[in-house]
Amino acid sequence: MDVNEVPQEGNRTLGSHRKALYAKDADGKMVIVPSRGSEVDETVTMQAVERMHAQAEEARSRALAGQTSPLEYWMYARRMDVALLSQVTGIWQWRIRRQFDPQRFERLAESQLSRYAEALGLTSDQLRALP
Amino acid sequence: MNSTVISFQHRHTAHCESGVAANLMTHHGVALSEAMAFGLSSALSFAYLPFIKLTGFPLVAYRMPPSFILKGIAKPLKMRFHFETFRDPGAGTRRLDELLAQGQVVGLQTSVFWLPYFPEDMRFHFNAHNLLVYGKEGDDYLISDPVIDLPQRCASADLQRSRFAKGVLAPKGLLYYPGSIGQTTVTPEAIKKAIKKTVRIMLGPIPIAGVRGMRTLAKRVAKLDTSEYSLNYVGHIVRMQEEIGTGGAGFRFLYAAFLQEAAQITGIGELAKLSERLNEIGDGWREFALKAARMIKGREAFDPVHLAGMIDSQADHETEFFKALKAAIA
Repeated sequence: MDVNEVPQEGNRTLGSHRKALYAKDADGKMVIVPSRGSEVDETVTMQAVERMHAQAEEARSRALAGQTSPLEYWMYARRMDVALLSQVTGIWQWRIRRQFDPQRFERLAESQLSRYAEALGLTSDQLRALP
Repeated sequence: MNSTVISFQHRHTAHCESGVAANLMTHHGVALSEAMAFGLSSALSFAYLPFIKLTGFPLVAYRMPPSFILKGIAKPLKMRFHFETFRDPGAGTRRLDELLAQGQVVGLQTSVFWLPYFPEDMRFHFNAHNLLVYGKEGDDYLISDPVIDLPQRCASADLQRSRFAKGVLAPKGLLYYPGSIGQTTVTPEAIKKAIKKTVRIMLGPIPIAGVRGMRTLAKRVAKLDTSEYSLNYVGHIVRMQEEIGTGGAGFRFLYAAFLQEAAQITGIGELAKLSERLNEIGDGWREFALKAARMIKGREAFDPVHLAGMIDSQADHETEFFKALKAAIA
């Protein structure tokens, strides 16, 4: 890549930041060039962000319909999945899935609830409700 | 207000770990560029690990695993890093404050997700992000995060949370700083040794690492159907290649920069030519990314077999390239 080929079309996922890319300058030397980002990066980042957002919104509608607990919504809202939430909390995956059941979730002991809340960066009260 | 500020030169780099290594060593009087830290530690690689899943997608990496760079530069510079982890987050924070008070610039392993200064859309659960702390003002730590263009600040509660994130590659509050440094220049021998190691990694026999890993990935991509999952799958590959602080083209441009420096230090002119060639290979990776992005956006029909062919052809080019690299330093 040459210096003048470094993408500068802007990538909204970068916010006001820039990222450093390496490219060849006029003397043939590889140098660091700050980039405003490219459409390619933006496409794949937004794809991942939107996928997780869609999962969260889908869980929210199911929670509102009484088919799942707010825990599932918050898990996706915090960009996790069951496997990751299990690693972070040390709670078995099958138990997490069981606790998506709204009635089971209601009865959850405070100690268990606070483990989830801590891992998701929430208070127990926040975790009990949908935002 | 309580404050400690250590005079420190922030440099914006492509990748967090090579950036931290280069900036920290430079602070300690060893003029090391990011590219040299990356090449000297033989960090360039390729790996496709289908059994490790990140939010449902296999791990695709264009470099060696985290902390490979810090450990890799230690030997050629005849130095040691002090690495410390903590069971108790409070103890980790107190130790950080203590080292800052002693005038040490401290390296930390953190989770990107819990760092508030990161752009919202870039905050994923990646636990092996490296950054440097060079001071504290009131409750804010002064942070030189090499992948961010300007120095940042981070409140102590946020930083602590990020240092003690759990899950895969959990940092356990890891902090590090260099001990005595026995060698302040990079020798030609060290460079040759590092290049040999990279050639070995790239041309090795395991079907999930090096160019053979690319072949295996190409086969998997060729079998993708046209579902939403498949589009996300190729998007995931491109993210690992372009978005996650690689300097472009999955570290290929960064390694090309290293080869230029290597040519000067070793006096092997062929390495400069090979740098050019790697630059072209990097352009090939960018073409792959562009093609994939166009398919994701629906500007072109999704054609996994075509994308697989592009990865395969990259594997061809890299095979030839690393053979030539091996010959150049023999």
